Formats: sequence, C-alpha cells, structure tokens
Amino acid sequence: MSALRIYVPGDAASVACGADDIAMAIRAAAAAHKVSVQIVRNGSRGLHWLEPMLEVETDAGRIAYGPVEPADVDSVFAAMLADGGEHRLRIGVPEEHPFLKKQTRLTFARCGIVDPRSLEDYCAHGGYRGLNRALTKPAPIIDEITQSGLRGRGGAGFPTGIKWKTVAEANADRKYIVCNADEGDSGTFADRMIMEGDPFVLIEGMTIAGIAVGATKGYIYIRSEYPHAIDAMNDAISSGRRGGVLGSTVCGSTYAFDLEVRVGAGAYVCGEETALLDSLEGKRGQVRAKPPLPAHKGLFGKPTVINNVLSLATVPIIMDKGADFYKNFGKGRSRGTMPIQLAGNLKFGGLFETAFGITLGELVDDIGGGCFTGRPVKAVQVGGPLGAYFPRALFDTPFDYEAFAARDGLIGHGGIVVFDDSVDMAKQARFAMEFCSVESCGKCTPCRIGSTRGVETVDRIIKGIEREKNLSVLTDLCNTMKFGSLCALGGFTPYPVMSALTHFPEDFKPKDFGAAPHLEAAE
Amino acid sequence: MQTKISGWDANLATEVIAGHKDRDGAMLPILHGLQEVFGYIPEPAVPMVAEVLNVSRAEVHGVVTFYHDFREAPAGRHVLKICRAEACQATGCDALAARAEEKLGLKFGETSADGRVTLEPIYCLGLCSVSPSAMIDGRVVARLDEKKLDALIEETAR
Repeated sequence: MSALRIYVPGDAASVACGADDIAMAIRAAAAAHKVSVQIVRNGSRGLHWLEPMLEVETDAGRIAYGPVEPADVDSVFAAMLADGGEHRLRIGVPEEHPFLKKQTRLTFARCGIVDPRSLEDYCAHGGYRGLNRALTKPAPIIDEITQSGLRGRGGAGFPTGIKWKTVAEANADRKYIVCNADEGDSGTFADRMIMEGDPFVLIEGMTIAGIAVGATKGYIYIRSEYPHAIDAMNDAISSGRRGGVLGSTVCGSTYAFDLEVRVGAGAYVCGEETALLDSLEGKRGQVRAKPPLPAHKGLFGKPTVINNVLSLATVPIIMDKGADFYKNFGKGRSRGTMPIQLAGNLKFGGLFETAFGITLGELVDDIGGGCFTGRPVKAVQVGGPLGAYFPRALFDTPFDYEAFAARDGLIGHGGIVVFDDSVDMAKQARFAMEFCSVESCGKCTPCRIGSTRGVETVDRIIKGIEREKNLSVLTDLCNTMKFGSLCALGGFTPYPVMSALTHFPEDFKPKDFGAAPHLEAAE
Repeated sequence: MQTKISGWDANLATEVIAGHKDRDGAMLPILHGLQEVFGYIPEPAVPMVAEVLNVSRAEVHGVVTFYHDFREAPAGRHVLKICRAEACQATGCDALAARAEEKLGLKFGETSADGRVTLEPIYCLGLCSVSPSAMIDGRVVARLDEKKLDALIEETAR
C-alpha cells in the first residue's frame, strides 16, 4: 500500500496557527498506527479561519479538516485513515466549500494545491505552459500582456504591458526584472501566500518578463518580516536552476535568466518602487524623483521592469490561456481577477480571488461574514495604511480601480481591513499620520514635516483646541501632502485621514474636555 | 530560533564582508550578514564596510540608521515583536501591547536591564486574517490573546 498523503500547510499563517506542531503530531499518530504517511507542506487555500486546515488524499479526491488543534490530531488522523471519514472538523472537498466555490482563481490557481517545493508538481499542474508558449513566438509576449488588460497589482494600476514595452524598446547592455515583494501594507498577504504556496509561478512570470524585454537577471526584493517566504523563494530558485528552468539555457532555449532574492530591512517606504531600487543598490531607501522612469533608468541606472508579485504571478496564466481569456473577467478598465485579502475583524478572513466588480458590501458581509466579535461593522480600510476608510454607506462601491478612485479611495494591493463599532476613527487618522512620520524617507518636505504636523493637528482637534481652525489646517495640510509629495507615502496618507474625517466626523469631537469654546478661551 | 551570537571579532567581520562584497549592491547583504553574526552592527565594522565598498563612513552610518532592522546595540536574548498595524488594531492588539509593556516592565523599543528580552513593535507580519499576531525569536504566533501572550512572556523568562 502506498503512503497516505496528508497535506499540512507550511504557509506562515498556518504555521502561526500551530501547523508545525500539528505536522509533528500527525507523524507521531502515523507511527503509533504503524501507517506510512507522506506529509506535504502545501501553501494555504486561503480559508484562514479554518487554519490549520489539513487534507488527506482519497480515491474521491482530497478531503479537508479544520481548524485542527493538537488535541484533535488523533481523532482527525483516524478519520483520515477511514478514507476521509466523518469528524466534527470535516470540511469535505475543499473546492466545494462556498468560500472557494464562489472564487475565480487564476493567479492563485495552484496555491494550496501543489507542493511548493516541487518543480515537478508545478509542471504537473499546468506550470511552464505559459513560458513554453512564449518561447515558441517571443515577439508577441508584450502584445499579449497589453491586450490582457493586466494592470499593476501593487496598487498603482499602471498597465503592465506598456511598462514592459518601454523597457523592451530601451537600448542598454543590461536590463533587469525586479519583483517588488515588499508587501508592507497591513491587511495584505497575497504576495506572501504566492511565494510560500506557489513560488514557481513567480519564477515563471519573471522569466517570461525577462525574455520579453531582453533581461537576463532578476531580483526579488522580499521584506525581512517574511522569513518563510524568503526560504520558500530561495528553495524554489535552487530547484529551478537544478531543473533547468533558470540559468544559461532556460527550458533548453537560447535565453538566459537567473534570479536572486534580496532581503529588505524593515523600511515600509521601500515598497515604493524607486525607494526599493535605491535599497537594492545598497543605499538608504529614498524615493527618486521621476522622470527618469525606472523603465528608462532603473536598477543601477539600467532599464528595469519593476512589478509587484501578483502582476508577475499572473503573467503565466495569461501566456498560457491567452489575453482574451484573461480580459473576459472584470469590468471597465479593470480587467481580469484580483486576489482580495479579507482581514481584521472578520468571521471568515482569508484570500478571495475574484473578477473585478464585486461590491465592497458583498466582500465584507456575504463573503467575510461580518465581524467575528459579533458587533456591527463600522469602517473598512481598503488598500493598506494609505487607503481610505469606507463607511457602510459606501458598501455599494464595486471593487475596481476607477470606482474606488471616484469615491476618494483606492484598492491598492487589494487588502481589506474590517473594524467593528469599537474603533475610534480619530485615533485611526492620527495613526495614519504617525505611521507616515515614522516611515517617511525624509526626501520631500510635505511628507517628512507634514506628517508630524498632522499628528499634532489631529491631537489638537481631539482635544478640542481651536477645533474649527485646526480642522481647516488639517484639510489644507492633507491637500499639500496629496499634491506636493514625491511618492504615495506622503501623497496617499491623506486618504485615511480625510476619509475618517469626512465619514466619521462624530469621532473627532472632543471627548474628555467638555465644550470646545471653553478650551479655546483657555488657550 | 535563537542564533548563536558572537562577540566582536574583526577577523570574523572581515570574513562576513568578504563573503558578500562582490555582489551588486552589496551593502544590505553585508549588514544583514554582520547582524546575523554579531546580533547588531558593531561600530568598528562601519569603517570596514565603508572601505570595502568605497563609500564614506557617513554613508554606511546613514544606511544602518535608516532601516528599522539594523541595530546599533545588541538586542535582548529574546526578542518579542508585537504587530501594531491596522489589521491587528482591529482585533485588539493595542490592549495586548499595553499588557506586554506592563508585564515586562518595558516600553516598546526597550531591552530589559538584564539583557533578557527586547520588546519591539512590528508593522505587519502578513498574518492579518488571523490577527492579532506576534513574533518571538523568529517564530510567528497568530490569534494572539491574553493567554497566548502571557505564555510568550513566560518564554522570555527562560
């Protein structure tokens, strides 16, 4: 009898929920039952409230159980032995779970399914079909990406194909592909999940980018807060070299491409592409003025494609299935799918990939199930620390780049953080300014000084000191930061601040200080 | 994951620097390497890095002080990092952070006088769907509550 194959996610979220201990306990249970098991440390399926979610391979497909606590291991293992038998924690066939069934998984097609350490498994699940198609006719790669409508998934939403075309047309002795894996936004974890759960898709995407623009070297800049992702990418790159998909003859072709992981050092601003390039060059991560664009003068002054993990990880499926297949999903100018990350105070948090166009309300209430605290949802921050807070009144906003922009928000990297009614929005506005002041690279004045003045001004408003005057100072300051900052850190910090102020003005009323005029007189 | 930390050793520093110096943009890999070996960036290493990379000491100092990760003094034997970012705020990390400060008798960013533990904030471990989260000596912990936090604090006593 062949070994029983059991999947215990090795994704950091699962590990943080105890998956390593569960994997050890499964081994012990198997030894006690004298059963031979093969434990695969897969990525996470993204049903994070069910982590650690274990799966066993049966004749009827994979059967999942979760969330498995150490005390459940013996009984879950017994159920697994009974061909995926009944158990209080039995979820059944994962694909049949409504949370997964409602999704359209293109970028995340393999995440949680394959063994992230196995190039063979990646290929068995459709990996490298995109690259092989690209190799047969390298010229139209960029056309295909452009026609697919793929836009930068890091947040800026710039058309990926146009970026690539600019680099392809640039004349230089060396060009680079840089992957921005500095996923610093709170509420986002899709990059991490891809790197830990399906690292080869990123390698394939970067290789296709290299072939398309004529670059032979790529860097993946991963934040230091992601040790599991760093290990997973390094392992995958080594297997890629051994397997001939990286190196001097990519997949036996005449193209050369190799990758290197570089580790960040805890600076949020390095998620901004030009600061990231400076950091890669070994400098302080300071933002560069544009122009020149990185596509013309990027890493070490050479033409550089710099893309987010999700953008690059979406390239293989576009090349495999064609631009038309991809662009048929989505709405308006937001084509394809977006891996949305449901986080914070939600019953059902996790990764939900779906075509653009789903409304914020559907995501928060229907998919996310509302707050796990059982209290009403008060505010939802979309797009990370630089994203706007949305009240329930705006829950009809469809999830796409333009619709969010029209409501003074942004989708950013697709993170949604839900807060219940215990949140104090003035405190959140203050935090946004404070975060900006700590993380500012210091290069431009609106961000460096404005954020500090912003904290002080919010403090005065909360205390009721010259309230009206300070409200107009804050509004003016946000305006200056928005239009005067060099990059999105200073430029977008006004989004959380102003949205909190606009949608939740009651939270900015003085709390412990009685009436404001009295204090104004005392000032 | 407590790594073995070495006391200052110029030869060891030279070795670490030499191991990375030929990489393009070698500064960060060198500094990460030094911190891995010594637990921080020892001051005498700064001119050594400057010379090898042909940059000024000020430039190296500038890089060391720019990034939150690089320490100019050794951390405690245990490092407890609690995520303070929005997704963890939404699930109550502020109260847990205050509890950690109180129980350890430390403010964020401080190391205990006996060099046992350092308490630090971290801005996002990417565990936002299973928040609040923390990291102790490199190990990630999700769904942090008072009981789990107290266990982590107890761990730092060892």
